[in-house]
Amino acid sequence: MGFEVIFKGKNLIRLLAGLGVAMKISIISALISILLGIVLGMLMALKRPVLGAILRFYLEVVRIMPQMVLLFLVFFGVTKATGANITAETASVIVFSFWGTAEMADLVRGCLAGIPIIQYESSKALGLSRLQIYLYVIIPQIIRRLIPLSINLITRMIKTTSLIMMIGIVEVLKVAQQIIEANRKSDPHAAFGVFAVVFLLYFIACWPISRLSKYLEKKWEN
Amino acid sequence: MEEILRIEHLQKRFDDFTVLEDISLSVKKGEVVVILGPSGCGKSTLLRCINGLESIDEGKVLLEGETVNPGHVNVPARKKIGMVFQSYELFPHKTILENVILAPLRVQKRSKAEATEEALSLLERVGLAVRKDSYPRQLSGGQKQRVAIVRALMMHPEILLFDEVTAALDPEMVREVLDVILDLAKQKATMLIVTHELSFAKAIADRILFLDDGAIVEDSDPKSFFETPKTQRAQSFLRTFEF
Amino acid sequence: MNAEIISSYLPLYGKAFLLTVQIGWIGIALAFLIGVICAFILFFRIPVAEKLVKCYVELFRNTPLLVQLFFIYYGLPAIGIKVGAKVCGAVGLGLLGGSYMTESIRSGLEAVPVIQTESARSLGLNARQLFIAIILPQAFTISVPGIIANVIFLLKETSVFSAISLMDLMFTAKDLIGLYYNTTESLFLLVVFYILMLLPVSIAGSFLEKKTRFKMFGD
Repeated sequence: MGFEVIFKGKNLIRLLAGLGVAMKISIISALISILLGIVLGMLMALKRPVLGAILRFYLEVVRIMPQMVLLFLVFFGVTKATGANITAETASVIVFSFWGTAEMADLVRGCLAGIPIIQYESSKALGLSRLQIYLYVIIPQIIRRLIPLSINLITRMIKTTSLIMMIGIVEVLKVAQQIIEANRKSDPHAAFGVFAVVFLLYFIACWPISRLSKYLEKKWEN
Repeated sequence: MEEILRIEHLQKRFDDFTVLEDISLSVKKGEVVVILGPSGCGKSTLLRCINGLESIDEGKVLLEGETVNPGHVNVPARKKIGMVFQSYELFPHKTILENVILAPLRVQKRSKAEATEEALSLLERVGLAVRKDSYPRQLSGGQKQRVAIVRALMMHPEILLFDEVTAALDPEMVREVLDVILDLAKQKATMLIVTHELSFAKAIADRILFLDDGAIVEDSDPKSFFETPKTQRAQSFLRTFEF
Repeated sequence: MNAEIISSYLPLYGKAFLLTVQIGWIGIALAFLIGVICAFILFFRIPVAEKLVKCYVELFRNTPLLVQLFFIYYGLPAIGIKVGAKVCGAVGLGLLGGSYMTESIRSGLEAVPVIQTESARSLGLNARQLFIAIILPQAFTISVPGIIANVIFLLKETSVFSAISLMDLMFTAKDLIGLYYNTTESLFLLVVFYILMLLPVSIAGSFLEKKTRFKMFGD
């Protein structure tokens, strides 16, 4: 079935290292997205007309543009336009953060919109400042809804970073192709076993995180 | 008068907790029975057991001699029991008229023209014929509850169960719903009513059941229940309503 | 940007666009079908099938489409199951989408309050009538936003089809950039065609969402 290839030489280690490359880019992009997304989401809740329109446009762009297209735009387009030679890794982090920030901002906006206006009003009536209202009243209420959603964003980020092989980064799928290529003669079934393992590796990476997200969501529902 | 509903030694448990303990009861045709009792005494559970929404652990519920509970989900006798819920539970995706004629068409296979005609005349009686094409969301709580009563009446039930039908309503809407029920009493409908409206209970009941801790503690006419309650528990229950 | 280059590229992009849209929508239709069947299996708790559906949903929701396509397109032929690129694209998208649709439809079914069921039962409706007349219409309305989000997500996912050598929009763009270095024009057309593919769906989706909400509540 082609599973033997995996345990030949350093093949498994190489696959895992490839997954590591994708994971590194996901984690960095996810952290940037979560931080920027929280700020942007709160800015959207301010309902300033011009700022709101710009942010909505940004969200709509991300909503309908495939990440793959964004990746091409940055990787090929920016290099061409500026002459700057950005690496594929940098391009990926920029694109996935651009995408993730919009997703996160929308989640934060949604959570904030779920807080009844009377909460703001009663805080104001107590004399709390805007910052204090956010700090002591609003954020503690949304944080429990936001944490599972942020964790879920990480799994989506991991899945999305599989695209980086399309702009030439050597990650797990690329390593898989190399292994299959090198063993084409000795093991013609290698493609099945190796890709099955890659499938499984991604599942092992994402599944526990999405379980955790679901668990926290249920636990904090009320 | 002829007996219509008979409950024999009904027992209902949730896990280890006994909600209803050995309830026996007989209701005659045309009788209006009001069930009173503190929160959590099992009043609502009793109604739900009577029309089979809850399974029971011991005993029997018989409607005109036919077993309702324990039994299958679709025992024929169940269709003769109408129920009105505290939260109305109109179907939000259907108009008022559609809500009211759904069961007559689907369950009783009546013709649309005939069901619509009856529906309109019943809606007229509760003052809501003009709202027939509205959706539930567009109605006030009191209006929705009146529609829910009409929806139950359309099935020509032998007995009607009311489960705290005014508990979710704004005070000014309570009256319009109670008036509909009083009107039904005048027409000799058989009803089992769970309520917290004591003056309404006094006015409508032929008979008061006082439930506490899952058992029938008192079973008497309204006059003697309100003026000379026999048990300590009923006395203290009535006192909680005084100021 | 050079208009001449753009017009000379147009037919190539047009062809790629049609291919992408075609396979995308076949995949989405497949996804919806899988979603409905699996959601019913979960809702009615059909033994054994329920377990299988749960495994399927977890497996495909927690892996990237790219990896799924590689497995189907390059992995399966190694054990003798050959799948053409187009079929692979549609089936891969259908399987991925099916796992998302299952969740959206199931959550819609389960979001119908229990007491709605009880009130219908107290009117004497049997299980089939209850499901068709009460649960399904309400569940559908609840599911609509999720289904629309899935459709948009799946249309965007079509952008990885080039990995299994389908001549889609990404493939065309990459090819032209590699051949002629007209990066600006190639990327411009890529964006234009993806807007063409997704903006109408996004607008129609918002419209449909409003419309079903109207129908539900009669506002």
